[in-house]
Amino acid sequence: MPALLEVRSLHAGYGETHVLHGIDFAVEQGGVTALLGANGAGKTTTLRAICGMVRSSGEIHLGDDRIDGRPTEDIVQRGVAHVPDGRGTFVELTVEENLRLGAYIRRDRQGVARDFERVFGYFPRLRERFRQQAGTLSGGEQQMLAIARALLLGPRLLLLDEPSFGLAPLIVQEIFAIMHRIRADEGVSILLVEQNASLALEIAEQAYLLETGRIVVSGPAAEIRRDESIRRSYLGY
Amino acid sequence: MEGVLHQVLSGIASGGIYASVALALVMIYQATHHVNFAQGEMATFSTYIALTLINAGVAYWIAFVITVAVSFLIGLLIERIVMRPMMDAPVLASVGVFVGLLLIINSSTGWMFDYMIKTFPTPFSGAPVLFQGYVSGHELGATFVTLVVLVAVYLFFRHTKLGLAMRAAAFNPVSARLVGIHVGWMLALGWGLAAAIGAIAGMMVAPIVYLDPNMMAGILLYAFAGALLGGIDNPLGAVLGGFAVGIIENLAGAYLVGTSLKLTVALIIIVAVLVVKPSGVLGRTVLSRV
Repeated sequence: MPALLEVRSLHAGYGETHVLHGIDFAVEQGGVTALLGANGAGKTTTLRAICGMVRSSGEIHLGDDRIDGRPTEDIVQRGVAHVPDGRGTFVELTVEENLRLGAYIRRDRQGVARDFERVFGYFPRLRERFRQQAGTLSGGEQQMLAIARALLLGPRLLLLDEPSFGLAPLIVQEIFAIMHRIRADEGVSILLVEQNASLALEIAEQAYLLETGRIVVSGPAAEIRRDESIRRSYLGY
Repeated sequence: MEGVLHQVLSGIASGGIYASVALALVMIYQATHHVNFAQGEMATFSTYIALTLINAGVAYWIAFVITVAVSFLIGLLIERIVMRPMMDAPVLASVGVFVGLLLIINSSTGWMFDYMIKTFPTPFSGAPVLFQGYVSGHELGATFVTLVVLVAVYLFFRHTKLGLAMRAAAFNPVSARLVGIHVGWMLALGWGLAAAIGAIAGMMVAPIVYLDPNMMAGILLYAFAGALLGGIDNPLGAVLGGFAVGIIENLAGAYLVGTSLKLTVALIIIVAVLVVKPSGVLGRTVLSRV
């Protein structure tokens, strides 16, 4: 399978702090790749570097284009949707306005209308809360809203930053079940950053493990899941 | 009873002035989440531009349109050149810049156009028309223009894609970038539109209070009070607030405190509103589930 996203020798940091020390990884076309690691490993920084939100150097290839060094708005135009850590909801706006913003750069009104219906199919609660102010939604609903917003871009690549964060286990199960459906139906490639390794390894084909800015383990998710020594020493279960 | 009616009608007339300036304040607040204290001075400068054109023989409405367009560009340029470097600066630094702009523009206006009080023409008939002669044709026309601008601003923010993008960029610039919005352009556009609205307000105000470089000083305070009273995130609220302030000011001046304390009334309104309902009467109180 050809890779949709290829990252080579990525360095990134904030101000004086150097967070990523030259990492290489790839996301396959139509597949789910998991990026795992503990707090502070650099997972969020990696997603931000892909989106041009943080100072970085190295090569980032999306399909045939190089997107490293480009501004965020440009990268979004090329079909990269990022669900940031903390959801990034426009809390003062309504659910409807949040969703419309997801489709902001699109010109195909019929396609957008169809995608709205599809998104309501995945997350019926959003249709119920359509005119509500987004900040009054529960954490789980806001996570659904964030994913829906990203899907409305009609992206080639979906970046998910810790979708399970701060949510009750039952809600997390519900969201991951929906993510299985999305991955099967949409054909979008997904880069999933998670601290909850077991959930991530269930849905991913490939996995990379990040430790203090370096990739220490990489390979098929099924193998990593089976390998007890890796699980115990790096993933804590 | 007649006296009260007179004061109320006068209040509505002056309230229309405050309302139009308040709209410019709301526009820039919605786009940038900053209150631009230099808004009044920019409006005065724009009015001088209009006067220069009219004195050069340009027809009123053509001068009007040119002034609005030029003001839009000036607003845009100020954002790009002065405010852009302030993007990541703390709010207090921006306030300092606004005050600085206020002083610079005020002095520049005086220097370029001199301090003599000038008359400014009105496109509406000046003769007292309505309500037994208490409201002049101009005051009526100016109020009408204000309402047209209000409707345009309201429709822009609530019902256009661009208006939604501007609000999003002000609320959450990071997330706005992630949906492809050019946040920098949104800020520049907000400043341009606010400057344009300010120019319209200036041209409506000048025939009544006469044009001099300090024309807007007192008006800005009343407009600010009106915008806060109605809700600075709500164009309709700001306009209603402006009218309310005009009426309150006139009634208070006639029956309560006398004309020397009328400005104090405006300040008291501001403080009272911020204490009781900070988001303003029609403002949206934002709820956030933690």
